[in-house]
Amino acid sequence: MPLLWLFLGVVAIAAVGYVLGRRRALQSAQGDIRRLHSLPSYYGSNVFIKALVPGIAALLIWLLAQPFYINSTVSGMIPETAIADGSNRGLVMAEVRRTADGLNNAVAVGAMDSNLASDPNADVAVVTQALKDAGQIVTSDITPTVLVAAQSYRAKSNAGRNYMSVLVLLLTVVGAALGLRDSHADFRARNVVEGSVKALLIAAASIAIFTTVGIILSLVFNTLEFFRLYPWTDFFFGLEWAPSFSGRGGSSKLGILPLLWGTFYISIVALAVSVPIGLFAAMYLSEYASPKVRATAKPLLEILAGIPTIVYGLFALLTVGPLLVSVFGKDGLGWMQAGTAVMTAGLVMGIMLIPFVSSLSDDIINAVPQAMRDGSYGLGATKSETIKQVVLPAALPGIVGAILLAASRAIGETMIVVLGAGAAARLSMNPFDAMTTVTAKIVSQLTGDADFASPEALVAFALGMTLFVLTLGLNVFALYIVRKYREQYE
Amino acid sequence: MTDMKNASDAPRKRISLTETDAHTRKRNASEARFKAYGLGAILIGLFFLVVLATSIIRSGVPAFTRTVLEVEFTLTQEQFDAAEKQLFKTKAYQAVFIDAMTQKLTEDGVTASFDNAAIERLLGKIGNDLRGHYTANTGDLGKSVNFILPASSRVDGYFNGRVTRDTLVDSRFLQLSDLDLVDALHDAGLLKQGFNWTFITGADSGVDNPGGAGIGASVVGSFFMMLVVLVLSLPIGVAASIYLEEFAPQNRWTDLIEVNISNLAAVPSIVFGILGLAVFIQFMHLPQSAPLVGGLVLTLMTLPTIIISTRASLKSVPPSIRDAALGVGASKMQAVFHHVLPLAMPGILTGTIIGLAQALGETAPLLLIGMVGFVARGYPDGFMDGFVEPNSAMPAQIYTWAARADVSFYDKAWGGIIILLMFLLTMNIIAIILRRRFERRW
Repeated sequence: MPLLWLFLGVVAIAAVGYVLGRRRALQSAQGDIRRLHSLPSYYGSNVFIKALVPGIAALLIWLLAQPFYINSTVSGMIPETAIADGSNRGLVMAEVRRTADGLNNAVAVGAMDSNLASDPNADVAVVTQALKDAGQIVTSDITPTVLVAAQSYRAKSNAGRNYMSVLVLLLTVVGAALGLRDSHADFRARNVVEGSVKALLIAAASIAIFTTVGIILSLVFNTLEFFRLYPWTDFFFGLEWAPSFSGRGGSSKLGILPLLWGTFYISIVALAVSVPIGLFAAMYLSEYASPKVRATAKPLLEILAGIPTIVYGLFALLTVGPLLVSVFGKDGLGWMQAGTAVMTAGLVMGIMLIPFVSSLSDDIINAVPQAMRDGSYGLGATKSETIKQVVLPAALPGIVGAILLAASRAIGETMIVVLGAGAAARLSMNPFDAMTTVTAKIVSQLTGDADFASPEALVAFALGMTLFVLTLGLNVFALYIVRKYREQYE
Repeated sequence: MTDMKNASDAPRKRISLTETDAHTRKRNASEARFKAYGLGAILIGLFFLVVLATSIIRSGVPAFTRTVLEVEFTLTQEQFDAAEKQLFKTKAYQAVFIDAMTQKLTEDGVTASFDNAAIERLLGKIGNDLRGHYTANTGDLGKSVNFILPASSRVDGYFNGRVTRDTLVDSRFLQLSDLDLVDALHDAGLLKQGFNWTFITGADSGVDNPGGAGIGASVVGSFFMMLVVLVLSLPIGVAASIYLEEFAPQNRWTDLIEVNISNLAAVPSIVFGILGLAVFIQFMHLPQSAPLVGGLVLTLMTLPTIIISTRASLKSVPPSIRDAALGVGASKMQAVFHHVLPLAMPGILTGTIIGLAQALGETAPLLLIGMVGFVARGYPDGFMDGFVEPNSAMPAQIYTWAARADVSFYDKAWGGIIILLMFLLTMNIIAIILRRRFERRW
């Protein structure tokens, strides 16, 4: 674990810097704390930061950049002829990396002589056997080209590691020295330290932006890759979803429409369950319920929102599905083939969304000014008439926003549909048929055996992109409506 | 207005205050109806909660018990030597065992016929267990040893009602005649129900061994993930909230951050899984199925939740505290870190625990980065290995069990859910206690 030691070394140097910086500042003030611009600890922290930041930054940049550099130089060593038919440079490079790791591990456990590991003229068979003896995974036969490339890879990365350690430690020491030079009584240490803390705070806050950027980039690049392999018109307008499982692909039909239909159908069922129940519950809780009832019923309902979705998924698969089959299945009405169906998933998802709809609408109904209710009561309206004719119209935009947020949750929900909705993609009107959704297919395409570069795996990113755009649109629209409504009453 | 004449000369309908007329009755009825709808909605919601709770408990409890055969058994030195000479040693041990069992049952006056195959169906390959015991403890030879042998999961199913005589179809796993034997053994007091420690401490077993499946390894996986989430999301979340709440100027960048946080809070969790797969595994080449990667993904997912709750608790600290600190010469940074943050801490911790609880129950992103259940085959070798060795997490383990074809795994899935919910309950109770104890109303 040399990386950990390097990191600890940097921290140790910085810690020593802290003590020295603090002492130096105090010395320059002849031990009188009142002559210092800042508290002594700020002088120490100043040195600490100046030592730590360049060292750690160099470490991170080097760690990120080194693989790219070595990959591109080693990749250039492999001639076009060494790449077998049906393979590509990426696969050969993966083999090279694996071999290099294997050599490293074999030397580390002492199973291989380090001279043999770096000898470019070594017998390939001997090296392979030695690797196998050392318990390293050797997938295919190592060719001499791969071996030489792997040795070069290993030598370069080991050398890179050494250069990196030297550079990082050097930068840390230089930073500490620079910080120490500044440590005298007139130096405005607090301003510098607080400035760096603020930079840290900004960086933490910006992670949200980087996350979004990361999501968009990872979706966009892989989606574009998918559209190079598969025509986008077939993806967006294809009426059939039938991925081939051979791995190499070619005959797959990857149309998104059946998946979108399943997603919308299940979401509509879920909303049909959750919106009336949630809305009526919210109206009762905010307008009728005594404080005591409200204080018990509201948290109890919200338990439903705190239960993990995997629990709902299992509930759909093992409890609700068989129950529905016993009523609508072969022995009952004969509409249902198996326990997994749109109705099963939709119903359970609806249960999950009840507290979501009810607490959002509860907040919105409570935000309607009391004066409007009082006015209505003053004209002789009953409570229900007030709710129906005054409160609800006033709260309507907010409630629509809440329903849209619930819809976006329903569209993005995964575990319930993976377990409860079935795996067959079909365009059917029967809510008792098994259907599948965008999210369920993302899971199945990325957890299967498909080769990562095949359209069968890459389609998951295009599906993810569609899902992301869809939910983002709904969220932005919903938040816009909610915000606009709030402005009216505040 | 009072001067206005009644336009029509038709006599006005007389209305009495003491009697309710038809129209009022109708309005009152509609009022009562509306109220009943509201009450009904709440009752339906609570009904679903009760159904969910009972089905979890009813289906999950069997996972915690298992049927064991507790039997005193003596193997003499001669029998041991004879069995070791055989080609099929396991079979030889089994034959000795069956002889002893038959003898014991006849002594107790129980008549039941069974053969090698039946014993194997009920108890698995016990010959192996016996041989393992005696080769390891040769000193036990000739002495009476108390063996506790776990019965197969079908026998468990028979005792908790999943398998009944009416529904049983003879298979290579269990036959109708075996149930007679099971009843006989049960009457003789040899088959007992015991607490299933394997389920608590074990790791995932193969697809054909539901009895040996345990959730312990994936609890450890979840623990390491939560450690990563806690260590990363608490400082980052607090730092981001402090910046946004106390320092951020009104500008484009701040707006952008705010919009991003509120949007990330509503991005489906599976999209975070795709992010983790593409960025952490494809791009940064971090190890697949590692709790470290799972923790990173869940950190990004929980950050918005933690930031939103932290900002709320920072906002609830009254400005007078800040003004007082600034007034005695503290810098803005000192006012925040020395005064506002400690006062907001209970609220922040409550929000963090709730965020962690949410992360603990998340499944979908973990499946995409390879933390599926069958990876959890054992405990990690050491503390640092716990972060990078392939492992699963509780919800992913439950999903794997639920997706298996063997019905016996469903018990395990429900039992896993009970364990998961117990963890969540504990976390939420801690959050509630923190809030009750330390939250200050200004």
